[in-house]
Amino acid sequence: MDSTVATGSEENVWGGGNRPLGASYGKLMMWFFLVSDALTFSGLLAAYGFSRFKFIETWPIADQVFTHVPFVHGNFPMIYVALMTLILIISSVTMVLAVDAGHNMKKNAVIWYMFLTIIGGAIFVGSQAWEWGTFIKGDFGAVETKGGRILQFVNSETGERAAIADFASTIESERVNHEKRNGIWYYDGAELPSYSLNEVVAGFKANRSIVIRTEQILPNIEKLKASDNPKDLAKVARLEKDVANISGEGEKAILTREASESKLNDAVQVVEGANLIQNEYGSRLFADFFFFITGFHGFHVTSGVVINMIIFFNVILGTYEKRGHYEMVEKVGLYWHFVDLVWVFVFTFFYLV
Amino acid sequence: MAHEHKLAIFRGLLKFKSNTQKIWGVLVFLCIVTAVEVVLGIIKPEVLLHNTFLGMKLLNWIFIILTLVKAYYIAWDFMHLRDEKTALRRAIVWTPIFLVAYLVFILLFEADYVYNVYKDGFVTWNF
Repeated sequence: MDSTVATGSEENVWGGGNRPLGASYGKLMMWFFLVSDALTFSGLLAAYGFSRFKFIETWPIADQVFTHVPFVHGNFPMIYVALMTLILIISSVTMVLAVDAGHNMKKNAVIWYMFLTIIGGAIFVGSQAWEWGTFIKGDFGAVETKGGRILQFVNSETGERAAIADFASTIESERVNHEKRNGIWYYDGAELPSYSLNEVVAGFKANRSIVIRTEQILPNIEKLKASDNPKDLAKVARLEKDVANISGEGEKAILTREASESKLNDAVQVVEGANLIQNEYGSRLFADFFFFITGFHGFHVTSGVVINMIIFFNVILGTYEKRGHYEMVEKVGLYWHFVDLVWVFVFTFFYLV
Repeated sequence: MAHEHKLAIFRGLLKFKSNTQKIWGVLVFLCIVTAVEVVLGIIKPEVLLHNTFLGMKLLNWIFIILTLVKAYYIAWDFMHLRDEKTALRRAIVWTPIFLVAYLVFILLFEADYVYNVYKDGFVTWNF
């Protein structure tokens, strides 16, 4: 039954017949791997938590970052990622049904359930690729200050986000992209954004209803006012002077027009979308961790799909039918469920909390 | 493989007739939990946002607890931990829980300290 066979030993304790965990070698090793992999993911998520607590007042709000659904226009936070979660859970179910069918030696059922699992995994990876693409492309654009902080734009009349493409004016000028072939050979200039900083600033000046939204998450102003600490009181005075939506605890601070005008003087460049260096949605670390953790998870899903396919073809060829048991299906099943398990945590910490 | 499956969940409150039936039952339960999470995430009830426990919003506590509930059922029923021997189950579950709790405790405390240094110290970073 198991791949390791104790030959010639009597099945007693001193003859190697002791099986304290009651699981085969292969399954134990899979669990060994999964526990260590769980620790890797935990380390990454804990590092994410560290950075988030460090910048707790300026961390991006996930609802304002992931708002798109494929083929549909509009603002739908969370909907698509909830769907992805559902797809992964369902593919986990088809996997466990395949394992169950394997226990009952039903070859055709195993084939069909494995097939559905692979399809589910492929849809999930595709969705994640789409999610990455949307995040990299960005939607409204923003400017970055000297200190690396992000300033986004809001239309103060409608209260909605303003895209730089909508209000930036066009100034005729020559903008040359620095390429490797016409400069220092090892230095490649960053790609130019669609609008230069001057164009954004000119458009901002011409359009009186545009104001700036900063990264700062507003504190409870009443609680701050009641404080004895002079620093807190100074903060209250500063916020009351500059911020338009002062009572909106937990929201990002929207500046008054005057404060916006002076704040824009700090801007040094235009940022569109997110990558490992810049992030129009806020803290750069958010993008870094997003790419690293969901990328590492997506890599796991991809390899899971590949391993599932190998086992799928083995099932079709009748390998396990000849072997007399479907334990391999159970082992890849463990890996597949683990991937689902990790996603449950990634979903919580990136999208919900 | 004549594995015996334990077919009751919720501490015996809900018993299933076959393993397949139990799998579908767990799926329904996981979908309900996810739906609750998503609905709470969209509505964001004021009560849960403005009250905190141990420095974290109640809403976030709910999300984390529901996540652990989901993780439990995935591990116990999909990964068959419910059917494994107690020793194996404990070795698998408590090792990461202990290490992760320890790491998270240290890192989050340290991060909060760094946050206070940025906030009250003589460091300008928002310019």
